[in-house]
Amino acid sequence: MRSIFQILKEVAARPSGAIGLVLVLLHILIAVGSPWVVPYDFKAISALDILTPPDAKHWFGTDQMGRDVLTRTLLGGREALLVTAIATPMAVFWGGLLGIYLGLAGGRRDDIIMRVVDAFLSLPWILKMLLLIVTFGNGIHVLIPTLAFFYGIPVIRIARAAAHTVVARDYVLAARARGEKRITIIRRELLPNVLDALMVEGAMRWSWMLLAFSSLSFLGFGVSPPTPDWGLMVADSRTFLPLAPWAGLFPIVFLSSLIIGINMLADALAKTLGVDRAQKAPI
Amino acid sequence: MPQEAMIDIRDLSVGFSGSDGRARAVLRNIDLQIQAGQSVGLVGESGSGKSTLALAAMGYLKTGLRVFGGRAHFCGTDMFSLGRPQLQALRGGKIALIPQNSGQSLTPTMRVGVQMAEALALHSALPAAAHGQRSLELLKRVRLPDPQAILARYPHELSGGQQQRVAIAMALAGEPAALLLDEPTTGLDVTTQAHILELLREINAQTGTAMVYVSHDLGAIARVCDRVLVLYAGEVVADGSVRAVLRAPAHPYAHGLLASIPRLSDARMPAALDGRPPAPGEAGPACAFAPRCALAQERCSTERPPLRSLASGEQVRCHFAEQTPTIARAQSRLARTAQQSEVQALNLEQLGVSYARPNWWEQLLGRAPSASLTVQDVNLQLGPGETLALVGESGSGKSTILKALAGLLAPAQGRIAFSNEAPLAAEVEQRSPSDLRKIQLIFQNPDDSLNPRHTVAQILAQPLELYFKLGHHEIEQRSIALLERVRLGAHYMDRLPSQMSGGEKQRVAIARAFAAEPDVVLCDEVTSALDVSVQAAVLDLLDELRAQRGTAYLFVSHDLAVVRALAHRVAVLYQGRLCEIGPAASVYAQPLHPYTRVLLGAVLEPDPDHVPQLLADDVLESSPPAQGCPFQRRCPKHQGDRCDGETPPWQDAGSHLVRCHIPLAQLSQALAPGTEVRHVG
Amino acid sequence: MFKLLLRRILLGGLTVAIVSLIIFGAVEMLPGDACTALLRQDAQGDTLRVCREELGLDKPATSRYLDWMAGAVKGDFGLTAHRNKEVSELVGDRLKNSLLLGLCALALGVPLAFALGIAAALKRDRWLDLIVSSLAIAAMTIPEFVSATLLILVFSGWLSWLPGIVTASANAPVSAFFPQIILPVVVLAMVMTAHILRTVRSSMLEVLDSDYVRMATLKGVPYRRMILRHVLPNALLPAINVVALTVAWLLGGVVVIETVFNYPGLGRLMVGAISDRDLGLVQAIALIVSTVYVLVNLSADILSLLANPRLRTSLGRSH
Repeated sequence: MRSIFQILKEVAARPSGAIGLVLVLLHILIAVGSPWVVPYDFKAISALDILTPPDAKHWFGTDQMGRDVLTRTLLGGREALLVTAIATPMAVFWGGLLGIYLGLAGGRRDDIIMRVVDAFLSLPWILKMLLLIVTFGNGIHVLIPTLAFFYGIPVIRIARAAAHTVVARDYVLAARARGEKRITIIRRELLPNVLDALMVEGAMRWSWMLLAFSSLSFLGFGVSPPTPDWGLMVADSRTFLPLAPWAGLFPIVFLSSLIIGINMLADALAKTLGVDRAQKAPI
Repeated sequence: MPQEAMIDIRDLSVGFSGSDGRARAVLRNIDLQIQAGQSVGLVGESGSGKSTLALAAMGYLKTGLRVFGGRAHFCGTDMFSLGRPQLQALRGGKIALIPQNSGQSLTPTMRVGVQMAEALALHSALPAAAHGQRSLELLKRVRLPDPQAILARYPHELSGGQQQRVAIAMALAGEPAALLLDEPTTGLDVTTQAHILELLREINAQTGTAMVYVSHDLGAIARVCDRVLVLYAGEVVADGSVRAVLRAPAHPYAHGLLASIPRLSDARMPAALDGRPPAPGEAGPACAFAPRCALAQERCSTERPPLRSLASGEQVRCHFAEQTPTIARAQSRLARTAQQSEVQALNLEQLGVSYARPNWWEQLLGRAPSASLTVQDVNLQLGPGETLALVGESGSGKSTILKALAGLLAPAQGRIAFSNEAPLAAEVEQRSPSDLRKIQLIFQNPDDSLNPRHTVAQILAQPLELYFKLGHHEIEQRSIALLERVRLGAHYMDRLPSQMSGGEKQRVAIARAFAAEPDVVLCDEVTSALDVSVQAAVLDLLDELRAQRGTAYLFVSHDLAVVRALAHRVAVLYQGRLCEIGPAASVYAQPLHPYTRVLLGAVLEPDPDHVPQLLADDVLESSPPAQGCPFQRRCPKHQGDRCDGETPPWQDAGSHLVRCHIPLAQLSQALAPGTEVRHVG
Repeated sequence: MFKLLLRRILLGGLTVAIVSLIIFGAVEMLPGDACTALLRQDAQGDTLRVCREELGLDKPATSRYLDWMAGAVKGDFGLTAHRNKEVSELVGDRLKNSLLLGLCALALGVPLAFALGIAAALKRDRWLDLIVSSLAIAAMTIPEFVSATLLILVFSGWLSWLPGIVTASANAPVSAFFPQIILPVVVLAMVMTAHILRTVRSSMLEVLDSDYVRMATLKGVPYRRMILRHVLPNALLPAINVVALTVAWLLGGVVVIETVFNYPGLGRLMVGAISDRDLGLVQAIALIVSTVYVLVNLSADILSLLANPRLRTSLGRSH
């Protein structure tokens, strides 16, 4: 079995993988290191310096409250990355586990649970998340489990389909015929072959989750002000956009570059691992 | 002055650019001239380039391939320099292809009639109104019953044999001067194959169409072709009349190939050909066969032999072709015999298996599903160290029986037991470890039966850990010993399946089965997915292991010649019911059951003088009849109501048992000449 | 075949039933109810009790659920939290507006997606394909609020070609929404097109590489006819399901777009209802939206069944 390092090396060898990896690592670096590097306090408002275009004092200009856009942009990804970086593995884990179980168990349990999953998926994601956020608040202790729960559901489908394919293979049949215990079969025969699909799916999930997170912030249900967040910044900048585009454009560039980077990474990962990426609608 | 060849390929070389940029040839300097009306076979194994050659005659190359040199002419036109519209006019018209897998080659969303009409519209001068009538005529020509209904169907609604006939009819629509057939009968049942080959012979005889028949099956080629070319590693290594090449092959490869094919008439084990053919594009500059050749000398590895004519008229690419008849046949022995014993290794009583699930109504009432059982009433005894073969065509239930024995499928009736012991639990999950160890299973497809992520060492460790609870060091020792047993070395321990050939993978699968030291090994078509020259080596290995360990085999196969070489006893199955069972020698010498006769009659031999007997139609039945003899609908000796209503009794013919209503004396008579083959509606 | 159709329809009904249970159950589990939302600080003691009796909230959950469903089937969802409007009337208007938005986006996006997907596949790996594929990936990954914001900036702010905000009221007639609806439709269509395009392209590529297309080439079928009769029918079938899935996604994604453009649709209503804790309204919207989703999927399934000969006949595989 190839180790993580070997896989990463192969991914980096591809052009899309290299670009993706660079973008993602850059963003992680910024998110981690920015508090020490930013020139201003992100909360600091100034009535004098409202909506100033980029200049030597404020490289990215200021927003409608006089806050430095550079500072807020650099810090803007921190919460988003923190929340999604924790929620994504959680989602893949629980969705993958349940999906594999269902793929193997089949029968009644499978039918019933898949019906419920279908029903869940018929509700718009926003509705589901807003209900929980509005009730329980929008701190990260709510956002992380909420995102992890709802974004794990499509993973069930993928893991189940992957499990179905593998289970039909002769080598699994051979293991059953030998009398290997179920848990051994799952661990030894199934998981290594299903893990690939899950890894690619995990990368995709991360990008969808970032999208959802920033959309929630945009609507005002994610991060609370004055904490900087790209979605929130775009929302704030809307009213004055034609006059002061920098307040919205810089967070847009940062957010888009991160999401595109993750997607390119996922693409290169899929090609390296030989996984077929069926394009489905998000959630 | 010979007339101009219809298909004229000269010095053709075709290949691709490898990942390192080097040119790799898939076909090298091919010369092939085919006259009108000739029927030529292209024989080779995987990687020989035979399909590429046939398609090149139509000016078609798979993506990635290009012409390195030479030319391919058809009726004087250079196929590779034609523009698209001219190619379209010729293809499907004067030169037509009959593909290998017709089920995949017919467009799923178009009805058969529409596709036939399309062929006619493109390549015949008939007005549109006449297309329907002509389509019907063509379908009748290929002996399809009820052609009107077939025209209205979609391709997936037809059986394999029907699909193939439709493909033939479509190819004939343009009244071609030449037909290219790419393995047209591979994957079809024995009887279906025989029927389709007869049809092709007829077409060749009646219309004088030239035929290029690509196949790895020498029996099929012997039946249909007058002339045969043997391809190896992209080169023509032998070219001559079918009689010359198949009876007295001059090239060492052809010689080895023919010796490695098991035959019905010969009970000896086929002689294995060592090594394996080079991958496409891998062959070196000198003689490609030298690494495997018994006659090889220094000259062979340095100088590429030219194609030269021998006294017999055959053309051969070998420096030492005259010495080929002197190659000693490696082994010519019979399968090693089993000891006689009172105690059976395995006992099957009244086994019945069904795939049907009870529908919700039946579930409610707690009833079993009403459809007839897939397998019924099977009684078998397997002696220790003997090979019992289960033969039959698709739908015979032979694989189902193996699955039930392995515990992967719970039987609906009957019991399975090791002799003198309690019956085995139906499901594998409930069996005791010692019972599990005693029965092992080897699958057909080595690509699928080994986990692509596990190394050979890990694969072999699994049964050793499971059954013997050995320590790490012991496992390693034993694994290496097993690898040596199957004639692979210790250096295979770290390999992944993707790094091994089909034959090597199958040996690993065999080693895995024997790691458990089983009493019974279930073999499910274990050689069917391998190249012909590799098959013989694996068969030999299986036989050797059996004799050494005293293991018994239940050997499932559709290939009757392989069974003849390997098996001690044979059981013939039709639609999941036993027809005849007995020692291989007597069943083959004196087949009694009508179905056994149909089956054996249809088998092809790589001998141009062998004529198969077509005793029954090749209709595929989807399920057994509810009552009476399973063969009632196709039997050439059908006796009326008795066969339809009553289950036939077992009759003892002395050496073997037959299950038929007809008295033994009548069964042993040959079928009267002129007996009409029954056509099932 | 009718059995298959019937089965699908019943399954659809079952899904809606399960959804209604989920919606009702979820709302039940959340703290607070219509009375606490209505009375706010006064929600305690006797006032609360009387309110609950009046609204029938003291009855057991099962009977409330059945009452609700009985009303829903008739289209009566009761009154809003502030007891001043009929939910059905409110929702009806917004639904019409959202449907307008969605249908316009579909009318623009679906044909475009098919055309581009097919073209990209036929000119595989050439510059048309590369451009189209890159644009599709960009459209798929960038959040809608980003693309909406950018488009408003360019077309409304800098070029002033189109209005960047919708001023028509909720119950305005359809015609009042043009030309304000153009930008929202474009943004919605962009994302939809990207998804459908990718699926169409990969499906086309798969079919172009198949044995039967190769056979058609070797049969001498001219290019045009081959694409039309042999390739397209087989490639486009799987796309039907993706269109359905994308439409379903649309129902969720439309919220952001309605907020950005101030469009008086169902999405904005829903966000408002949740913020106001107007649970009755939320329940109604959720049920309606998911029913639409199920209907769309059902139609896609039925369409697939009718169009794909392999699913229709008894010899074809059913899953």
